[in-house]
Amino acid sequence: MNLTSHEIRIGLAGAAVAALAATLPLFDQGYYLSISVNIMLYAALCTAWTLFSGPTHYISLATAAFFGLGTYSVGLWINHLPYPVLVGIAALVSASLAGLVGAATLRLSGVYFVIFTLGLAELVRQLVTWAQAKFTTRMGLYVFTDMTEEHIYWMLLALTVAVFITGWAINRSRLGFAMQVIGNDETVAKHVGIDTARAKIVLFMVSGAFIGIAGAISAPRYAYIEPPSAFNPMISFLVVIMALLGGTKRLWGPLVGVVPFTIVMDIVSARFPNHTSIVIGLAFLAIVYFIPNGVTGLIEQARAKWQARQTAVGEEKAA
Amino acid sequence: MLRRTLLALAASAATLAMLPAAGLAQDEVLKIGASAPKTGPLGGGGATSHWPNIQLWVNDVNERGGIKVGDKQLKVELIEYDDKTSAEEAIKNIQRLATVDNVDFIVTPYSTGLNVATAPLIARYGYPHITTSAITDGVEEFAERWPNSFWMLGTSRELAVGAAETLTRLRDAGHIGNKVALVHVADAFGLELAGAGKPALEEAGFEIVYEASYPFGTQDVAPIISQAKAAAPDAFVGFSYPGDTFALTEQAQIQGLDVGAFYVGVGASFPAYAGRFGAAANGVLGAGGTNPDDATIQEYRARHKEVTGAEPDYWASAVTYSGLQVLEQAIEQAGTKDRAAVIEAIKTGTFDTVMGPIKFENNVNRSLWTVGQWKDGVFHGVAANGIDGAIEPVRKEGWE
Repeated sequence: MNLTSHEIRIGLAGAAVAALAATLPLFDQGYYLSISVNIMLYAALCTAWTLFSGPTHYISLATAAFFGLGTYSVGLWINHLPYPVLVGIAALVSASLAGLVGAATLRLSGVYFVIFTLGLAELVRQLVTWAQAKFTTRMGLYVFTDMTEEHIYWMLLALTVAVFITGWAINRSRLGFAMQVIGNDETVAKHVGIDTARAKIVLFMVSGAFIGIAGAISAPRYAYIEPPSAFNPMISFLVVIMALLGGTKRLWGPLVGVVPFTIVMDIVSARFPNHTSIVIGLAFLAIVYFIPNGVTGLIEQARAKWQARQTAVGEEKAA
Repeated sequence: MLRRTLLALAASAATLAMLPAAGLAQDEVLKIGASAPKTGPLGGGGATSHWPNIQLWVNDVNERGGIKVGDKQLKVELIEYDDKTSAEEAIKNIQRLATVDNVDFIVTPYSTGLNVATAPLIARYGYPHITTSAITDGVEEFAERWPNSFWMLGTSRELAVGAAETLTRLRDAGHIGNKVALVHVADAFGLELAGAGKPALEEAGFEIVYEASYPFGTQDVAPIISQAKAAAPDAFVGFSYPGDTFALTEQAQIQGLDVGAFYVGVGASFPAYAGRFGAAANGVLGAGGTNPDDATIQEYRARHKEVTGAEPDYWASAVTYSGLQVLEQAIEQAGTKDRAAVIEAIKTGTFDTVMGPIKFENNVNRSLWTVGQWKDGVFHGVAANGIDGAIEPVRKEGWE
């Protein structure tokens, strides 16, 4: 492990931010904690999603499938197994599904992949429904634990940190380098001898496992687990929208999308409870129109402008 | 130019959003918070049975001059949020109501799932939680788990047993034979009803000649009806949701399913059902029911129409309004805004509601309509627990 001083500085800054975020429940136990749980959930989901979709440019709408499987892993066995084991099972189950799906579809590309993942969440939901109707007489599962909002908040924070560390480790590895080549040009990657299918499947599994864990952490919060809420397709869409708003070129990109998005949506739904859909629709239009490259795009643009001005000033002085 | 205009628009919208929601409140009011679906999968149900009753109740209370709290008469101020049929949003809304808006009382969320998801929080803040749209066999357990919660819509078991008893009465009167086709939607509600309804039917000596389940959200039920028809049943029972309730009825009508009793689940009690099927709805049995001859119910239905512009359904609407009346009267009986005192008042008191007198036994309401039947555009209750006024069910005569 050779860490440059730049990396160490970023790491320390990240650790400081995470530590600061962890103290939030000490200040508020009510509304602000709840909205922070929502922000943290989507931060984890969007970053995990970006792990795969960022470098590969494959838009996956399968988030709800992995998330639902994670939720169900807890719902089905909460009365039989300790909770940490269930979180592990959630990761395994989601990763297995991602592996299966990846093997079958990651040779596809473009819109075929998007459509397939969209159908996948629905397929898994129907399979779960069918299995439950066939083998049990109760559909809703209850998950009653002693966990409160702050526990869920801390677990999601830890998960987000884990996703970041994993993402950073992958970027430094052979896999990360392979992904960069694939993202730039898949044909070139194949020609230089990268097993593109394998690399993509591995990354998809890692991403899926994290999303499954997020589902497992959310299960005690839902308390009542049923297919329509666990496999809610809105989760998939929100993740894509927030990640794209932030920008997917950098791993921290989704964060700058999730935070403002959640807060703005919250203000909108509180101020205009009867016109939420209209206002949100207008907000989407505004986002696409004004910030097509995401918030990270804006930041980088601003930085480039600033640097250009600096050099211009420097040149003038020299002349 | 366009960009600048849009920016200006966005800026003014943002300013508007920052303004305090309520105007300057001079007088003391009773702040009531509500969070329920306005959008999402349950938005339609919320718009039919839930929100209009809250609107009507707030209107009624304020027209009367408010709720008597001790020696003061307080008007009600409603703070409402859309939970988008999502548990995350619902939890956040309840937190906001409890800790930011500091409301005095919270109105029940809508549906079993959202009520259960928010119940631990509502319990933590000590608000009375009077649910009027949760129907599950878990109510006794929940009432014990959250002593501040009250369950007014009964259990799946009661509903299913009511359906079985109604068929038994029809059979004993010689209207139908012994063969039943039983279908249900494959979700918590359908499974619980089928789980209780099937043994109840078999115990009563019925023979299940056809049984099937279908996933939630199924659009095409034609194969189900044609297979049921092939089994030549005397009665058809479908534990269904609004979408499939309408679809099953439509197919039965198209394929001419010839049964002496046709029962469907949620949605059969909607005014839209009679609107859609007209005279063909005559004789259809369904979950719910009211006593439309009762003067209180008649007055309630008229006011609902007048204030909200829509007709209430013949089941959960009246229960929802009754739940709000229970809250109102409990506050007046307790004479204080103190939540613990109000919970105690709900536990011990008897309340005069549009559904008649209501009293909770271990936090569960046992006075309920279970089955209703359409008769000339009105959905009459034909089976109930602890309520009088049920009429005798009749044989369904064709689909004309």
